[in-house]
Amino acid sequence: MTHVLAHPLATHLLAVASPGAMGTGEKVSFWVLGIIALGCAIGMVAARNAMHSALFLVVTMFCLGIFYIIQAGPFIGMAQIIVYTGAIMMLFLFVLMLIGRDVSDSLIETLRGQRTAGILIGLGLALLLGSGLARGLGAVDARGLETANNANGGNVPGLAALVFTRYVFAFEVTSALLITAAVGAMVLAHVQRRGEKKTQKELSRERFAEGSYPAPKTGPGVFAHSNSVATPAILPDGTKSARSISPLVPPRELTAEDTRPKDTLTGGDQ
Amino acid sequence: MNTSGLVRLAEAGQPAGFGHDVWWIVLIKVVAAFVLLLLLTLFAVVFERKVIGAFQVRPGPNRKARGFGWLQSLFDGLKLAFKEEIIPALADKPVYFIAPVISGAVAFISFAVIPIGAQVSLFGHTTMLQVGDVPVAVLVVLAASSMAVYGTVLAGWASGTSWPLLGGMRAAAQMISYEVAMGLSMVAVFMTAHSMSTSEIVNGQIKTWYFIPLLPSFIIYFISALGEGNRTPFDLPEGESELTGGYLTEYSSFKFAMFYLAEYIAMVTISALCVTLFFGGWRAPWPISLWDGANSGWITIVWFLAKTIIFMGVLVWIRATLPRVRYDQLMSLGWKVLMPVNLVWILILAGLRLTARNYDQTRWLVLAGIVVTLLLLVLLWPEKEKDEKTQAKRRVDTGVGGYPTPPVDLVVPPNPHLKRIEAQREAATVGAPSGTSESPGAAGGSGSAGTGSAGTSGKEE
Repeated sequence: MTHVLAHPLATHLLAVASPGAMGTGEKVSFWVLGIIALGCAIGMVAARNAMHSALFLVVTMFCLGIFYIIQAGPFIGMAQIIVYTGAIMMLFLFVLMLIGRDVSDSLIETLRGQRTAGILIGLGLALLLGSGLARGLGAVDARGLETANNANGGNVPGLAALVFTRYVFAFEVTSALLITAAVGAMVLAHVQRRGEKKTQKELSRERFAEGSYPAPKTGPGVFAHSNSVATPAILPDGTKSARSISPLVPPRELTAEDTRPKDTLTGGDQ
Repeated sequence: MNTSGLVRLAEAGQPAGFGHDVWWIVLIKVVAAFVLLLLLTLFAVVFERKVIGAFQVRPGPNRKARGFGWLQSLFDGLKLAFKEEIIPALADKPVYFIAPVISGAVAFISFAVIPIGAQVSLFGHTTMLQVGDVPVAVLVVLAASSMAVYGTVLAGWASGTSWPLLGGMRAAAQMISYEVAMGLSMVAVFMTAHSMSTSEIVNGQIKTWYFIPLLPSFIIYFISALGEGNRTPFDLPEGESELTGGYLTEYSSFKFAMFYLAEYIAMVTISALCVTLFFGGWRAPWPISLWDGANSGWITIVWFLAKTIIFMGVLVWIRATLPRVRYDQLMSLGWKVLMPVNLVWILILAGLRLTARNYDQTRWLVLAGIVVTLLLLVLLWPEKEKDEKTQAKRRVDTGVGGYPTPPVDLVVPPNPHLKRIEAQREAATVGAPSGTSESPGAAGGSGSAGTGSAGTSGKEE
């Protein structure tokens, strides 16, 4: 810290800016977050509960976002946290919550040798990606992100300049792809409505129209001696309300025969 | 302690005036912001209760022994910490524990990038009255609020009971939707200030506060911030008349206090960010700003806090006035009104900015774009069918006076296994001499099944 304080900031920045150099703070945060990210990535595969699995993935993605920020890419780091960690993983959680909270992986393999094949293919993919990256980046003359960031007066303007000029077509094609997928999902989920739904305004108008009684219908059996659906409610003036019962149910009063004490199985012949 | 990692962040064009502070000044600012937020929370709770009391023509908390009510929230907080803690048996323990921690911790982050005052002199060092600023400061606020959703949703899920789960699911969909609208409403501010750093946004408002040129953005920001912060009329994740307490139903004691704290900090943050983006941040309002010393030094904190508290008052006013909206209304407001209006507004603003410059070609292109869009809208606007057929279709009569019943023309498809079922069934003893255990209901049932499909038997009635 004293080192930083002793020299003007600019000198220090130049020292850090040379590619390959890594300050203590960056090293510390890399190792701390790297271990967390890797541990959570393993946890995501190993967790039995789907929800825990998703949460481990959230932490890994969050760590990646912070890595980007430390690597002088604040915009992409924030975008990673807002879009991936905040929105996309939240949609995963939403779906998992819809399915139910007790969804756990079963230990029975439905496909024979699936686990071995999965591990082999995963290793192969890692090898392929690793070697490809090593070959591709090995000969690159790294100039550091500072040069790129300063070219357009900052990280955000630099990104904007690239996205909206050189890569604008790729960007638009990607968004078209996403929109197509969204429209496809909407078409699949679409259900043709029977008739047209009345709007709240229309319902309200209808309710207060001439000849309509705006208050809710009285429930059957209100103030009556029985709460059966077949017993009409009694209005304050003592009359029975025909509106309180469904036309499907014929209204009836209990007859003397209905109210007579019934014979029990044992004492039938009194 | 070498902070190169953070220094690297500074390299990426850190806003002027930041990144030079001595470590103990940074520490003082962090602690001060933390304490300020806690004090504002304690104030906000009583403030809300008192203002709502005034709206409902009653005193609200007013005990003399509790500072005429102003210390009530402090006493309540102390009491909450010592209450018994109950954890539901079905709760997912680790997640149940983490959820309030996320809520509480994340709530403090946003305030770090809010400029509270102008440059001041602190123990011989000049420093900005703001914990820190980055080129993407407003995105930090958005990131913090997108993380805060996890606290709510996980609390709902981990409680292991129905009401919290429903509250959590509501929160997941609602807060993401409104976060998109909120992010879009800030785009116009970025376009005007040419920056996403909060200090530069405040500096851009020297002449006019942004709420005047960007009024639609301000309105959309305020509405979507209500949704993002779960404030009434969008407090559906809590919805105490529907879901008892929503996502925090099963929380008690200190964990409950954490959610409570996060909610009120969100209220402060919404107001503070609104002031920063649209109302000049710490800048003095017009008649006062004529005085030269108004916009420098420690006095600027007063303007900032005053404006923030006014907006908190507006939030309480809204809570006292508006009823809670229905969930589908909330969603259609967010996706069908706020977002399209916002996108069109950003487009118009960009067009105006371009034509304001003297680029002849661009001006014609913008005009042509407007004409083409209007033509397409007029030509392709879907017409509403208002003919007799639709009207008749709308009034589907169920025949029983509006009671919810299946439609009259409902056709139930026949059971595909009907043949097999009929073949396997024992012959019913219809018309057997009385005295057997056969009841008339069972005979009727088998008889109707024997006539064929269930659909035809439904129609006969």
